[in-house]
Amino acid sequence: MTTTEDHLGTPPEIGGIGHNVRRVEDDRFIQGAGKYLDDVSLPGMLHMAILRSPVAHAELVSIDASEAEALDGVVAVITGEALAAHNLAWMPTLSGDTQAVLATDKVRFQGQEVAAVVATDPYIARDALSLIFVDYEELPAITNPMQAMEDGAPVIRTDKEDQTDNLAYEWEAGDKDATDQAFAGAAHVVTLDTHYPRSHPSPLETCGAVADINPATGEATIYLTSQAPHAHRTLFAIVAGLPEQNIRIISPDIGGGFGNKVPIYPGYVVATAASLLIGKPVKWVETRTENLISTGFARDYHMHGELAIDGDGRITAMRAHIRSDQGAFYADAQPTKFRAGLFHICTGSYDFPAAHVVAQGAYTNKAPGGVAYRCSFRVTEASYLIERLVQKAATTIGMDPAEFRMKNFIKPEQFPYHSPTGFVYDSGDYHTALQQAMDMVGYDELRAEQAQAREEGRLIGIGIASFTEVVGAGNSKEYDIAGLKMFDSAELRVHPTGKAILKLGVKTQGQGHETTFAQIVASELGIPASHIAVREGDTDNTPYGLGTYASRSTPVAGAATAVIARRLREKARKIAAHLLEAAPEDLEWSVDKFAVAGSPDRSVSIQDIAFAAYTNPPDGEEPGLEGVHYYDPPNMTYPFGSYIVVVEVDAETGEWKVLRMVAVDDCGVRINPMIVEGQIQGGLTEGFAKANMQWITFDDDGNCIGSNFMDYLVPTAWETPRFELGETVTPSPHHPIGAKGVGESATVGSPAAYVNAVVDALSHLGVDNIDMPVLPHRVWSAVKEADGG
Amino acid sequence: MNVNVTINGAETSADIEPRTLLVDFIRTDAGLTGTHIGCDTTSCGACTVLLDGVPVKSCTLFAVQANGRSVQTVEGLKQDGSLHPIQAAFKDSHGLQCGFCTPGMMMVGKALLEENASPSDDDVRWAISGNLCRCTGYMNIVKAIQQAGAMLAES
Repeated sequence: MTTTEDHLGTPPEIGGIGHNVRRVEDDRFIQGAGKYLDDVSLPGMLHMAILRSPVAHAELVSIDASEAEALDGVVAVITGEALAAHNLAWMPTLSGDTQAVLATDKVRFQGQEVAAVVATDPYIARDALSLIFVDYEELPAITNPMQAMEDGAPVIRTDKEDQTDNLAYEWEAGDKDATDQAFAGAAHVVTLDTHYPRSHPSPLETCGAVADINPATGEATIYLTSQAPHAHRTLFAIVAGLPEQNIRIISPDIGGGFGNKVPIYPGYVVATAASLLIGKPVKWVETRTENLISTGFARDYHMHGELAIDGDGRITAMRAHIRSDQGAFYADAQPTKFRAGLFHICTGSYDFPAAHVVAQGAYTNKAPGGVAYRCSFRVTEASYLIERLVQKAATTIGMDPAEFRMKNFIKPEQFPYHSPTGFVYDSGDYHTALQQAMDMVGYDELRAEQAQAREEGRLIGIGIASFTEVVGAGNSKEYDIAGLKMFDSAELRVHPTGKAILKLGVKTQGQGHETTFAQIVASELGIPASHIAVREGDTDNTPYGLGTYASRSTPVAGAATAVIARRLREKARKIAAHLLEAAPEDLEWSVDKFAVAGSPDRSVSIQDIAFAAYTNPPDGEEPGLEGVHYYDPPNMTYPFGSYIVVVEVDAETGEWKVLRMVAVDDCGVRINPMIVEGQIQGGLTEGFAKANMQWITFDDDGNCIGSNFMDYLVPTAWETPRFELGETVTPSPHHPIGAKGVGESATVGSPAAYVNAVVDALSHLGVDNIDMPVLPHRVWSAVKEADGG
Repeated sequence: MNVNVTINGAETSADIEPRTLLVDFIRTDAGLTGTHIGCDTTSCGACTVLLDGVPVKSCTLFAVQANGRSVQTVEGLKQDGSLHPIQAAFKDSHGLQCGFCTPGMMMVGKALLEENASPSDDDVRWAISGNLCRCTGYMNIVKAIQQAGAMLAES
């Protein structure tokens, strides 16, 4: 194990990897000078608002827009029928399904897009919505996958010719026979049925678009709240039939993404179609309610899990059966070959030989778009299931849950570790991370305090989660989204004065790329980080990439950055050799210069070399110092960590309070520890949110309960726990700088720790599960039920 | 109707519909887009500005309610080319990530520090409990506001 300090290779004035460099992007944000989508204003720009279905399932009988069209200021009302004339009423989803842009035949979820108004003023556009009269003939709504998969359930996707039921996909991983055999010989079998509830990433900035199609040239400039601008450009070319060289996607400053801004939404397509038809720029910005009821939800996994345990307390096999609620259209943003995302990482941090996972997704009358909310493709659900099962297994066999984990962890010498579902874990040291968390929290003393508290009638619980994530997709052989291979790229230009510009295919949404990616270059080339501009988000001016989600920017674009910087350094060596009149192989690199081996005063700095690249290049050498690299990762990276939560539960009210939250994360080498810790604190808060309060529910008619921030609760500063952070550093052996990605670890790992803590507080009463969110009434009911009702 | 609001010391008047929200007046009529809109139910606080020195959520006030009054937005924090301590502290303490909630947080923080120069962790958390942040987990926002308090005390 190493620490961040062990990886410092540059002095603070250069500010390479490992330094707490303050963020350069902050300068504009703290002055109110960020430019987010809603800040884009173009001459002659029109405003669009969307009419949405008030019901979850209905035949669309008729739309009368005449009164809306007659309203002063209204330029156009667009319906599905109008889009159908341009073959735009339906669009492909990122999962290879189709999704209605504006409804033509039926509405299939409450909030579905039915018509759009384009007006000279946003207030008028909204006024006109109430003047559109739609006749719906209501149909019964299906609101969960079990209902959807019942025999004789009404088919939701009647638009699809071959669809005779509500099954959206079926997928499996692992070895069924080996798993069955292990279960047959098990001393104990532990089972858990749990629902990981529907949630919503709800970044503080909602989604939107400004489409500006020049009627004279056909050039389309589309501003989008996009985490993946290049992929969106290609999909726009395919969906709208626009020539790709004429499409420029600009993803401006993004007010948080968390997966919500990965899919293409109907509003983007309608705004673009409207600009195309009207010949003026069209802006659409959704309201918070629209964001919550219609854009990419997350989770909604009904999970059945089983662990087989031998007489010695070792896990021998795992089974999982998932029923996922996909909503009306299968619009998950995930790799093509993996229908349930990377859920099959559900064997977690534990070493056992057999596992079998079956996942079935069903269409329901709920919003589509199962995005990975701060998570690498369903890894959160997987981590939650195994960590809850492990807790239950330890309780069942009467072993301390920390001891049970230590006994079953994959050992450091087993890496690279081949998991029973097909992953190859790159590196890990799980025992050290858990031990560090236990030391930080004072685990043994806490257990004694817990016992004492129980005697006094107080309910203290200690919950552990020792998660392993899989992030940084691809390699491109196995991973693609809608056919686009999951590599990423970096273009680096060193200017004659020794300053540099780095352009990337990924897109920051708060992660601090403008700072951290400059630090990677600073480490590799010795150019101070403050002398390096980082550009992202404009497809005309950055190399192609699949975007920022699934914690992939550092593992993939970060690697591309290091590789291209190293390549430029090799070119710099030749220029230095020319300047020093020495052989390239006789030169040694140190921090920011090449020196002749054995004669350290015969040296040239990277700045001198950069100037020579443009003013005095060696004969036969291409002038300039720039290059682009497309990085195809050889494997994913596997961040891990151990979290320990201490709670006190009030059995009378069912409320619970976090007393301590200790988080030890290992994300490999930390580029900027300050930013890494900020990411972890944010992720721990979102994990707490899901464990404590945050969910979206529906009534039996498919009405969304949780359509605004008064019903969909997200934590404020008041409820949010204080976190105590620790680190171990186990570099990724295949990543050029040993980094693994961290943006999602805490959201993936922490929910189980919170729930395990509450369940642990009540375990002596016979409580063995409470589903998230662990609301007071659920705690209260669980205690009453365990007590015999 | 004509509305006149002093924003960051400059008089801004416009002929607007009576229903125009203050946040739209600030963003559209005054052209100051540092004040953001994150919800429309007074829940998130991204639109927080100071109205006669008091934090208000500008998405839930009509512009006409600010007629003849004084509004301060994030663009007014910097004075004579120098960042306000609350701005410097937000950067130094890593109190922001995506930056969308930041203007509202800083305005609330500034108002708090004017009443309580050295607030406790709980004081800050209570003061900002009407402002949501989805990125940071609040710890560094609390730290930033406390750091700004210390900086103000020194100056």
